[in-house]
Amino acid sequence: MSNQESKTTKDNKKPKVEITERRRFIVLMAQSVGLSALGGLGWAGYVQEAKSAPLTLRPPGAVKESDFLKMCIKCGQCAEACPYDTLIIAKPGDNKPVGTPYFIARDIPCYMCEDIPCVPVCPTGALDVDSVSDVKDGKKELEIRKAQMGMAIIDKHSCVAFWGIQCDACYRACPLLDKALKLEYKQNKRTGKHAYLLPVIDENVCTGCGLCEHACVTDKPAIYVLPREVALGKVGDYYIKGWDKKDEKRLEGISTDVTTKTKRSEKKAQDYLNSGDLFNDK
Amino acid sequence: MSLSRRDFLKTTAAATAATAVGITVPQEVEAAAKQGQKDWRWDKAVCRFCGTGCGIMVATKGGKIVAVKGDPAAPVNRGLNCIKGYFNAKIMYGADRLTKPLLRVGPDGKFSKKGKFQPVSWKRAFDEMERAIRKALKEGGPEAVGVFGSGQYTIQEGYAAHKMMKIGFRSNAIDPNARHCMASAVVGFFQTFGIDEPSGCYDDIEITDTIVTWGANMAEMHPILWARVTDRKLNDPKRVKVVNISTYRHRCSDLADMEIIFSPSTDLALWNYLARSIVYDHPDVIDQEFVKRHIIFTTGFVEIGYGMRAGAEAKKLGYSEKELETIRHEDAKTVSEKEGPGLAALGYKAGDKMVMKHRGHALGHWEIPFEEFKKGLEPYTLDYVAKIAKGDPNESLESFKKKLVALKDLYIDKTRKMVSFWTMGMNQHTRGSWVNEQSYMVHFLLGKQAKPGMGAFSLTGQPSACGTAREVGTFTHRLPADMLVKIPKHRKVCEKIWNVPEGTVNPVGKQHMVKIHREIEDGKMKFVWANVCNPWQDTANANHWIKAAREKDCFIVVSDGYPGISAMVADLVLPSAMIYEKWGSYGNAERRTQHWRQQVVPVGEAMSDTWQWIELSKRFTIKDLWGESKIAGGKKKLPNVIEAAKKMGYKETDTMFDVLFANSYYRSFKANDPIGEGFDNSEVFGDHRNVKGSDGKVFKGYGFFIQKALWEEYRKFGIGHGHDLADFDTYHKVRGLRWPVVDGKDTPWRFNVKYDPYARKHAKPGEEFAFYGPALKNIKRGNLKHIEKEKGKINLANKAKIFFRPYMDPPEMPDSKYDTWLCTGRVIEHWHSGTMTMRVPELYRAVPEALCFMNPKDAKAKGLKQGQMIWVESRRGKVKARIETRGRNRPPQGLVFVPWFDEKVFINKVTLDATCPMSKQTDYKKCAVRLYKA
Repeated sequence: MSNQESKTTKDNKKPKVEITERRRFIVLMAQSVGLSALGGLGWAGYVQEAKSAPLTLRPPGAVKESDFLKMCIKCGQCAEACPYDTLIIAKPGDNKPVGTPYFIARDIPCYMCEDIPCVPVCPTGALDVDSVSDVKDGKKELEIRKAQMGMAIIDKHSCVAFWGIQCDACYRACPLLDKALKLEYKQNKRTGKHAYLLPVIDENVCTGCGLCEHACVTDKPAIYVLPREVALGKVGDYYIKGWDKKDEKRLEGISTDVTTKTKRSEKKAQDYLNSGDLFNDK
Repeated sequence: MSLSRRDFLKTTAAATAATAVGITVPQEVEAAAKQGQKDWRWDKAVCRFCGTGCGIMVATKGGKIVAVKGDPAAPVNRGLNCIKGYFNAKIMYGADRLTKPLLRVGPDGKFSKKGKFQPVSWKRAFDEMERAIRKALKEGGPEAVGVFGSGQYTIQEGYAAHKMMKIGFRSNAIDPNARHCMASAVVGFFQTFGIDEPSGCYDDIEITDTIVTWGANMAEMHPILWARVTDRKLNDPKRVKVVNISTYRHRCSDLADMEIIFSPSTDLALWNYLARSIVYDHPDVIDQEFVKRHIIFTTGFVEIGYGMRAGAEAKKLGYSEKELETIRHEDAKTVSEKEGPGLAALGYKAGDKMVMKHRGHALGHWEIPFEEFKKGLEPYTLDYVAKIAKGDPNESLESFKKKLVALKDLYIDKTRKMVSFWTMGMNQHTRGSWVNEQSYMVHFLLGKQAKPGMGAFSLTGQPSACGTAREVGTFTHRLPADMLVKIPKHRKVCEKIWNVPEGTVNPVGKQHMVKIHREIEDGKMKFVWANVCNPWQDTANANHWIKAAREKDCFIVVSDGYPGISAMVADLVLPSAMIYEKWGSYGNAERRTQHWRQQVVPVGEAMSDTWQWIELSKRFTIKDLWGESKIAGGKKKLPNVIEAAKKMGYKETDTMFDVLFANSYYRSFKANDPIGEGFDNSEVFGDHRNVKGSDGKVFKGYGFFIQKALWEEYRKFGIGHGHDLADFDTYHKVRGLRWPVVDGKDTPWRFNVKYDPYARKHAKPGEEFAFYGPALKNIKRGNLKHIEKEKGKINLANKAKIFFRPYMDPPEMPDSKYDTWLCTGRVIEHWHSGTMTMRVPELYRAVPEALCFMNPKDAKAKGLKQGQMIWVESRRGKVKARIETRGRNRPPQGLVFVPWFDEKVFINKVTLDATCPMSKQTDYKKCAVRLYKA
């Protein structure tokens, strides 16, 4: 089978690398996913897995998860293009919408290729080239640093740097070292002569590639990547940092529907006033 | 007695801390602590890895090490560790530990150089070694028997190997991997101070206010010390300044106030710029009183080559035409535009031919008048130095000059305490001994040496490069306690302590690490044994040495814990006990000696290197080894000392075991010693494995306390000579002591009468310092260019030397064909050749492969991409590596950095085996490569 197939490739004179077992599997998997999955697992399982899985890390350039699930046609081309075998096509039992691409950073993180081979091959725009591009000198260029696959979170309780161990394996593994992952220095009062070198994430820069999670030396990683929607909170638009001019950006497109509601304001003012009885203690 | 968890933790901590400082713990508390730990046992030890010397506590349970903790009582690390130290518990239990001797055998079951490895008994292993050594002695004399030793030997095993080699086999062909690591620092110490090892200590970090790293990536290589530097900076961020001087950006720059990126080898020019500024522009900052009382000015030859093979010799051996392009510089070179101006005072200018006529006298030096010293420095102006030293093509000359001036202003600031740290950047350097000397030049001129918080400080790479390699003297030219084989008086002292006939010690010690490899290639070396090192992975220009080891008629034995490249080229592989499977001791970079007890029984049939040496000694008698024999190419002879030995009461049938290791002195150390109570000692008692030993019978132990005997004999060499070590028992009670240890006290700063009893002993009344090191203190006199015989000699008791040394190019520099500098080094996650750390799953996962760190602009210009596999190719060899343009190391354009821990990225196939001609230390930091898509 393998010989035959590589021969076919040769005969067709496609300027392509020989298809690997893994890649052939990915393609087959993706193509047959709708059918075989159903056969094996039954309808209930399919429904369960087909729903959005909130902790799933998507390839660079993936649009919002709800849109992504609509746009991804499960063709597997992104996974086929990945030179590090990072991207996996969800199969039944993965607890992910079957056929969609994802990665597990602890196993194989995203190595942040500068030419992002997984994105331009997407036929539907589920992986959006524009979201990982910059315009330089009037020319659109791919820019992997714009990717927002997720965000790294540190469990300070388990991170040995917070014990004073000189580790920082995550920091040195970060492809955006000193930008996405920085070190904060703090004196170690217990020893009186050493410093802590503590990893700190800049959530504006972190792409969620997961190289930090992959490098982490604790049994279960003390630094790990979550999808940004899960990892990040959100601040209301009604307060702007007075010390940060850029923060005013949040006012762009702000809604003018500013009415607030609490239990206290449930009743209209007139009704409230008319219902008042201040003299009978209840 | 019931204890809450909190109480229990408190009592355990109290017991640990109390042991550390020698306080007696109330019995009840101690009993409670012991009861709490009945399931496991904590005992103190030292980290296996770098020269920092962090103290750890080891927990054993069921005969295995199950955990470690940083030792809160250890003054170096106060309970902390780096990421390698964190995994000390895991280093001995890799699934592929060597557990049995393995011999290459042919189909007939006999040894065959072309055979496959098969397990054999220890008896067979020693039979084969004995056979090969007898053959080697017969064919090539004692010097055909060689040993690759280590700065990771425990002190006792290094001492046992040294003793068997130097007076058993009478071969000085024993040299440690420490040769690759700090030999230039040693030459710097001997030449300058007349005695080895730093004057200061780590306490300097907390006391100083200015820290300059010169070719030292402390953040990755001495992480715990870097944590101390960082703490110092945080203590007073405005006052404390940190400067990082390197050929590429590394992690020390994160903390540094200033980063200076210089062109490889021009650190020589940078130091001279500092000295010139002091002497010409700021003579007021010279500590005149100090210089007058304690210093003389000196210089030496420049035409000393680069420690390579001579051109004709290499040609004869069939070195390729490409290789010869570089090797030719060993004989002569054309003075370059870059180095011409700096050599002006020596009579050279650009374009002149420099014949390397002093290759054989590289260490020669003589006193010169201050005016001559000043004349030598004259060319090293800001303009000249900035022009040749700027290392980043994208930095402006103005910016670079500003930095040099700022650096100079820090050094000359009289209110500032200064520490200059260096490691491999200054040591692995074809002029490494010079640049070491230059650091003292600047510190001496300013009077900023041998004082608390002030000094040029050589950081050591290996855990016992100081303790074993240097102090024991497991170098070809050395004897214990700084004595040298070439000095008759020293040989006599040693022969007396060892109780062997006068004339036993071989006076010629020239077979250094690289020379041993070369002699295998030459066919001179017939037997080589590698202990605690990986010399076929860690020696530059490895293709030659691998080929020689496999093809030449030389029997190669490799003792190791794990199979690596050296084991792969061996004929016989011996399974060695690893660090906590044996009693031992290490000496760190601040002269701190630390001992530990055997914590567990070794795996499989592994036995310690001490045992292996002692067992080998049983195979040879006085008659076998102490007759007359030829040495050093047949020009000299070693005398027959058999008759003299008989007169001393020996019999010619006495084995070296009887003479060296089982004599009445050794046997006086009783096996049952309170220090060992409750602990294994596989050498003394044997152990439950009942390993069949070198005679085929179960090894039941020597029956006397061999490790204590080795220690107590060894320390005799240094007592009273400035190398005093404490007794064995003391080290088992304290967290290390910095030698010289006199009256139970350690010495934080040497040569300073306030802190060093030897300085007090030697200093004239009213003097604050005494540079009492005895070596090289009677020297000739002359001028910058040559010795003036008519001036006679000068004696400089108690004085130190300031050397004038010029800038010189390395022998191979980037050109049109090989356009990029290659610098190699380490990463924090892995230790040396990775035999241990690549077996720790977490460390393997963190950094599974060595990357080629490259400037993104270079990658772009060469059409290469981040993450791509490329060939890194020199005139000698090539390896494949993956490009990293955004990682921890950021080289300037024109330079790449490749770590050497990964045997799959065998970078030493590419590097050049040029050495400092004085120290014989290889320059792993500079050669020329080309890079292209794989």
